[in-house]
Amino acid sequence: MSRPEDTLVADIHYNVTESRKYTTSSRIQNVQASMTLRALELLDLSGPSFILDVGCGSGLSGEILSATPPDEGGPHVWVGMDISADMLDIALERDVEGDLLYSDIGQGVPFRAGTFDAAISISAIQWLCNAESTETSPQGRLSRFFNGLYASLRRGGRAVCQFYPKNDQQKKMITQAAVKAGFGAGLLEDDPETKNVKVYLVLTVGGTAQDGNSGDITNVVNGMEGVDVLDSRRRAREKSSGRGDIKPQKGSKAWIMKKKEQMEKKGKVVKASSKYTGRKRRIQF
Amino acid sequence: MKILTLNFLTCAVKACKSSAASYPLHPQEVELAKDEMEYNPQAMLNFLLRLDWAALRMTATELGFATLPEEMPTAEDLQQDELKMRQLHELLLETHVVSGKLVCGNCGHEYGIKEGIANFLLPSHLV
Repeated sequence: MSRPEDTLVADIHYNVTESRKYTTSSRIQNVQASMTLRALELLDLSGPSFILDVGCGSGLSGEILSATPPDEGGPHVWVGMDISADMLDIALERDVEGDLLYSDIGQGVPFRAGTFDAAISISAIQWLCNAESTETSPQGRLSRFFNGLYASLRRGGRAVCQFYPKNDQQKKMITQAAVKAGFGAGLLEDDPETKNVKVYLVLTVGGTAQDGNSGDITNVVNGMEGVDVLDSRRRAREKSSGRGDIKPQKGSKAWIMKKKEQMEKKGKVVKASSKYTGRKRRIQF
Repeated sequence: MKILTLNFLTCAVKACKSSAASYPLHPQEVELAKDEMEYNPQAMLNFLLRLDWAALRMTATELGFATLPEEMPTAEDLQQDELKMRQLHELLLETHVVSGKLVCGNCGHEYGIKEGIANFLLPSHLV
């Protein structure tokens, strides 16, 4: 699948034709709608809320927020941010309910502390991993975005960001930036290991004491069907407490055998091992 | 852009974050419009908790509405007085800034508003 992130910057990629194509394609509309509904489910909002839509584009996801029926906690009032002027133009044409801001999320989130109940972002934050000039770095842009987002959400608020990571490294970079900003972070994958995998970064601000939870991120998916929790924190703790395998001392026979095995796996020509392998020579005069 | 959103926007320049003068942004040369929206008392009460009343009064005065009381009305107050709530709804959610600019009180940066969309892109030397 082609990745527009690799070839161009967001505001240039989504020009007039591309924005129109994106908004009118029924396939994209369906995918966006199902992801927005999934994000809303993860946000678990109880009443009409004030929501930030990061990378709102032409307002496909915002429309769903405005149209949420009252028995599901809606309708929500939302503010959208996007860097593509042409996308915002189409949003204006479509006459969306929310307010729109023309801004770059990598430059921060210009709202005062505790503004929003929740934030959603559909297929946007992977664009932060590309820096278009030498003055900015992906890490810098990610950290400005997550710091701004953290400050603008109220305590106990949640953010759900669906994104398309290029590889595991990018996934890790984004998650680490969020954790560094202070969020409780977890990744939810729908249809893992298929072509249609959807990655949701679920973020919490502070513990939600009113539900009696300790603020653990895994509580977000409590009671949801078909979700397996893989806690990598426990694995990391076990590793650091020394329960993992011990490295052989450098130069020892075990170390030499390990290296030979590694080289063999790489396809290098390795001398056969014998009883003399790794032995010391006798002392010479 | 709704007046409600205006009550939450601050200057995007990093150096202004620590300054009290960077909030609220001052609207100038604005053109206003009214856009009907469904009245939802539950949502209003939710927003009321987070409003900065002093800033809202300042914005309202600058826009030429001078009918806001000095003290912020409490939730019970509004629940009993529907007229008051409807007035607030009209001001916060139905009044839109269509064009004009927002000026930061600290650095003086001007954010233009066109067709209701505020431009918060910063030039690279301000990021």
